[in-house]
Amino acid sequence: MSQPNLRKSPAKFTIPKLSYRVWSVWRRNLDVFLKTIAVNFLPSLLEPILYLVAFGFGLGGFIQEINGQPYINFLAPALVAIAIMYGSFFECTYSSFVRMYFQKTFDAIATTPVSVEEVVAGELLWGATRSTINASIVLVVVVLFGLVTSPLFLFLPVFAFFGGLMFASMAMCFTSIAPHVDFFNYPSFLFLTPMLFLSGTFFPLTAMPQAVQAIAITVLPLTHIVNITRGAISGSVEPILGLNPEILLPISIIWLIAVTAFFFVLSINLMKKRLIA
Amino acid sequence: MGLNEVLIEAKALTKKFDDFVAVDQIDFKVYKGECVGFLGPNGAGKTTTVKMMYCFLPPTSGELKIKGFSVLTSSREVKAIVGVAPQEDNLDPDFSVIQNLTVHARYFDIPKAEAKKRADEQLKFFQLEEKACSPVTGLSTGMKRRLIFARALINKPLILLLDEPTTGLDPQARHLVWDEVRYLKKQQVTIILTTHYMDEAQILCDRILIIDKGKIIEEGTPTELIKKHIGREVLELDYDEKLVPQLKETFSGSRIEKLGDRLQIFTDKPHGVFDSFLAEYKPQNVSIRNANLEDVFLKLTGRGLREI
Repeated sequence: MSQPNLRKSPAKFTIPKLSYRVWSVWRRNLDVFLKTIAVNFLPSLLEPILYLVAFGFGLGGFIQEINGQPYINFLAPALVAIAIMYGSFFECTYSSFVRMYFQKTFDAIATTPVSVEEVVAGELLWGATRSTINASIVLVVVVLFGLVTSPLFLFLPVFAFFGGLMFASMAMCFTSIAPHVDFFNYPSFLFLTPMLFLSGTFFPLTAMPQAVQAIAITVLPLTHIVNITRGAISGSVEPILGLNPEILLPISIIWLIAVTAFFFVLSINLMKKRLIA
Repeated sequence: MGLNEVLIEAKALTKKFDDFVAVDQIDFKVYKGECVGFLGPNGAGKTTTVKMMYCFLPPTSGELKIKGFSVLTSSREVKAIVGVAPQEDNLDPDFSVIQNLTVHARYFDIPKAEAKKRADEQLKFFQLEEKACSPVTGLSTGMKRRLIFARALINKPLILLLDEPTTGLDPQARHLVWDEVRYLKKQQVTIILTTHYMDEAQILCDRILIIDKGKIIEEGTPTELIKKHIGREVLELDYDEKLVPQLKETFSGSRIEKLGDRLQIFTDKPHGVFDSFLAEYKPQNVSIRNANLEDVFLKLTGRGLREI
């Protein structure tokens, strides 16, 4: 017998090779979304209205101005940021897991010229699209409530896509190691919920001790998303750790690009390892 | 027709999962237009081999080429010419029957109009036209299998991989699948079929590879294998200890086996020998039948058999 040409571990870490075919996977998810658009649309529309009415008008009446703005104006950009976070995170945890594990959709697509990497990348791009859709709905509500004071808000749907891609990539890392669907309770409660409250969303981070501010800006991605949505909608950014916007905004942008790139590559590799034995 | 064109070639093909060797240094060739059956007990390595053919599992070592393309380095080229009907139901429950075909066609870059045309043709061929707009979740098992089969043909594959296409089907649905396989054979589609059903393999396959514990243990046409390993006919009767010496004497040189509470005698002896034995000893529940592939399979893979 000839010497077998033993390959190194087939699951070695690589930069994924992607082609236009990722869009056929994205397109599949869009088609399904459009079939059920009524169910998808209404909750995303209703939720920000409730938040603005309850917290903005209701609770906001008892709260003093923040950075010279009414509380509702402080809150509105955070709702856009939260929509970016939830949109892709839930899509690429629960929904992707159902497609992968229960429906075997990834296996079926992998028998075609679309590669496993492209399937995962298509899912990530779709997650980012969900963030864009959800954030845009919230943005329309915010505009209709008259809470926009800067023309930069027009860039937010595009930003939502990239912010969504980051959360999608992080979510997909959890999906790659999830043994069952209930597993996602962990990231939901241990990762999303702390972010929901500690990223300068419902109250200024500057009200917290320096240590909490430092943690928020180092490890909580939502902090950076909020910085940018707030800058784009209200034209003001909270001086976290005493930094002014000229320094803070570039830090947020660089942080987001670096973290997105890292988790995008990592999640595809982890999923490939899970899907191909 | 290029009858001798090799479409699939495996050389020392091996797949290991950690320490478990699922496929162990196998060599085989499949020629254009052939229908080759992969037979083996559960866990023998059939599905693993098939999964390597459509580039889902990378081989651990050895070589596997599909129409000259390596599954390791040219997976896109391979997958473009292969159609896969996997064992499990992985139809897309988010879509209707026809969308399962058109969406799948999109992954192959088939233009929309062409995809619709092919989908309609397949639904007609597989008698699923009436269900075109139904959700797949409501289909019967037989209909699901046919839709999986139809989906595997949407890219007009040169090679069709059918992994246990009739498992769990009722006889009507099985026969429908068989008719379709025969039709595709006439169209010169090369077919790889894995199955546990020996009658299916005997009817459909030009050539059989019997796999056990990751190795190909025998290979040939169904007729060759039966002739070589079993003989022409099988005499079956209820086990009776007293008859064994007479049987051994009458059918000297033939193989006699005990399978459960039945005895089987594999023989080429003329019918007259059977008749005189039966007339003399009047054993219980006798049947004489043609030897078949199942006899070969059980002999070679040895499950549940004990020679006496």
